[in-house]
Amino acid sequence: MQIIYTDFLSIGSGLAGERVAIEAAQAGFEAICLSLVPPRRSHSSAAQGGMQASLGNCIKGEGDCPDVHFLDTVKGSDWGCDQEVARMFVDTAPLAIRQMAYWGVPWNRVVAGKSFYFKGGEKLEKEEKKECEGLITARDFGGTAKWRACYCSDGAGHAMLYTLDNVAIQSGVKAHDRVEALSLIHDGERCMGAVVRCLKTGELRAYLAKATLIATGGFGRIYRASTNAIINEGGGLIIALDTGVVPLGNMEAVQFHPTGIVPTDILVTEGCRGDGGTLLDVNQERFMHVYEPEKAELASRDVVSRRMTEHIRKGLGVKSPYGEHLWLDIRHLGEKHITTKLREVYEICKNFLGIDPITQLIPVRPTQHYSMGGVRTNKDGAAYGLQGLFSAGEACCWDMHGFNRLGGNSLAETVVAGMIVGGKVVEFLKGYETSFDTSAISSAVKKQQEKIDNLISGDGTEQVYAVRDAMQDVLMDYVGIFRNEKDLTLAVDKLKEIHERANNIKLQSNGLGANPEMALALRLPGMVRLALCVAYGALERKESRGSHAREDYPERNDRDWLVRTLAYWKEGSELPELKYEPATQVVELPPGDRGYGGGKIISAETREA
Amino acid sequence: MARKLTFSIFRYNPADPDSKPEMKKYYLTETENLNLFVALNKIREEQDPSIQFDFCCRAGICGACAMVINGRPGLACHTKVKDLPDQISLMPLPGFKLVGDLSVDTGTWFRSMNQKIESWVHTDKKFDPEAEEERMDNDLAEKIYELDRCIECGCCIGACATAQMREDFLGAVALNRISRFIIDPRDKRQEKDYFEVVGTDQGIFGCMGLLGCEDVCPKDIPLQDQLAFVRRKMGFYALKKIIPWKN
Repeated sequence: MQIIYTDFLSIGSGLAGERVAIEAAQAGFEAICLSLVPPRRSHSSAAQGGMQASLGNCIKGEGDCPDVHFLDTVKGSDWGCDQEVARMFVDTAPLAIRQMAYWGVPWNRVVAGKSFYFKGGEKLEKEEKKECEGLITARDFGGTAKWRACYCSDGAGHAMLYTLDNVAIQSGVKAHDRVEALSLIHDGERCMGAVVRCLKTGELRAYLAKATLIATGGFGRIYRASTNAIINEGGGLIIALDTGVVPLGNMEAVQFHPTGIVPTDILVTEGCRGDGGTLLDVNQERFMHVYEPEKAELASRDVVSRRMTEHIRKGLGVKSPYGEHLWLDIRHLGEKHITTKLREVYEICKNFLGIDPITQLIPVRPTQHYSMGGVRTNKDGAAYGLQGLFSAGEACCWDMHGFNRLGGNSLAETVVAGMIVGGKVVEFLKGYETSFDTSAISSAVKKQQEKIDNLISGDGTEQVYAVRDAMQDVLMDYVGIFRNEKDLTLAVDKLKEIHERANNIKLQSNGLGANPEMALALRLPGMVRLALCVAYGALERKESRGSHAREDYPERNDRDWLVRTLAYWKEGSELPELKYEPATQVVELPPGDRGYGGGKIISAETREA
Repeated sequence: MARKLTFSIFRYNPADPDSKPEMKKYYLTETENLNLFVALNKIREEQDPSIQFDFCCRAGICGACAMVINGRPGLACHTKVKDLPDQISLMPLPGFKLVGDLSVDTGTWFRSMNQKIESWVHTDKKFDPEAEEERMDNDLAEKIYELDRCIECGCCIGACATAQMREDFLGAVALNRISRFIIDPRDKRQEKDYFEVVGTDQGIFGCMGLLGCEDVCPKDIPLQDQLAFVRRKMGFYALKKIIPWKN
């Protein structure tokens, strides 16, 4: 078996993983990024709309600054976030975006003079200032007070990822692609690297590193309908949870995006609504302004998704063979705007729906989109529980998003966290020497080899795809946009059974080489454990906050639930162990009303002394 | 009546000593809105779980699922079955090392290409964290983005006769990337520097101008214009080099 040594190992090669790796490599350390796919195929590339940074260059962003961005972010999180982290994030975002510009990202720029824009279907005029011409411009996004989402047409993620990967190559970061980490190598106190399966040959390798980063993105694919890439199955979270000592934070906080297209669940960007697109019902009438007079289509994602579901429940959805949906209307934006600034949307409609959004309506419904939960880290990005283990990006719960993430804040998080956590990783590497415990390595590898051998020779009875489908259906049907005690109890019970089935797989094929059935069989039990963390965490959290909406507990309860959930998994158990910690140590902005989304709040002050 | 579809799929697993390269047939009944992403997953999940192919974003953004579809390189995710005859043949993209079945190793190829052409902004300027960003004309930013849209799917390489004949040919993807840096004022490389990278038979002078690349590009990048642009620039530079009074 091959053993590969390095200073820094990133599991994941999207924007967050590569940004941290660049920091390590430029400080003179050897850095390797592992990836399921070639780095440029990472899901970061799919981010269309933009990256939030309070530059305040365009006229509608005038007066913007980190303080305003901070307010929006904390409100957006429904006060579930770590305010210290949110503060660091908003202060660093302008720096991060300028660095991306310096590295080559072709951000759209301010054009002086008058131009038109749309809001809620209405045509309005604005005039950009001459002195700002050529600076990075921004578009409107949901849940923000100012136009702050900086963009490259609607391929911001693609442009950023390609630029960053260029810098990674230039900086000497090595990419080992088509590999999958199956477990972390650790002794209960220190993380020493990972056991990795090559997806070209099926062979196992051990990677030993002084510092290991988990940056594997979201885990949306535990849901049946998700906007996530099909590689987003939570691999990084699974290996952290399986250590038994590293907790996952706020797993019940799962965001649904208002505009997944029907039936393929591909996302069309929030930029559509930001640029003035509207949501219509079966009568082709707008409805969002009735529910949310102030923000209408531009309330935050959790709110818009719930209002859409409410509206469909009132019988105003459009019936289709794929279930009920609503319409997104961008026709009034005109051909030029749609084929340039919203070109990805245009192409998605043409290629995947066979419709022309210049003249036709787009069928949309809320679809699983983002995981606020992940590997719980401190503000330096260091994971709880194991020395030498870090996490960044969507895979982690660094926790600037709390219970709902604002559009454009995830793309910003990847590179901002990359800078901050990258700096901390370098500090760690400079002050750390380690020795590798050979027995920990060999027992970790042996364990994975046994699993593979058992699956090949095994006497299981379950078919891997059927078990996966069962898990996805449970989450979709019982742990969705609206939640309640009855459904969640049912979900937990069903998932416990499915977990047993997932440990009893019989391969239909021979399992040799880069066999895809084997890859899923190895991953599936862990996916069900993640599903249980989501469902059980949701069952226990008896309040509504951000994306977590309990029909039986509609109030946000700051008195009892201004806390973050930590889920631990002890080997052999059938449920996670849940612990809680305060949502934030430092309170810069005391809990208050978000100004959209309605709902009652049980104030923290009502707590009895 | 729904069509009965026949898929002939290239099968070979290099890790299995019993596996021999072959075309294997699978059958599906056509359903509404069926595309190759859905069809291939159905075949794998219901008929043959060992079959290897690559998908990632399944939305035409990441470039993972390029393959040869009825003789033509394209992205499987946005190929609708209703646009194909009922006999569908699927082959791995040529020009890349085979991983197995329809899956090829594009990662190694593209990383090495990017290394060769030094696909990054070359500048002596240091990043100043205190300073405002350097200004840029919006039209220029959009022009750069236009060329930056390439998703490195490899279709242009699969459709390129030169790339099939000489392994070291950089291909349209690299030449388009060079164009992107030539027009980017942040990149301080001179003509001479670009000439060293692409002024060769592995670069622009190896291109035979058959333009298979542009025909198959799933992102409709104007590769023909870029090849002409780079060829003109490099041609003039070569001329200047051989004409002594121009030096």
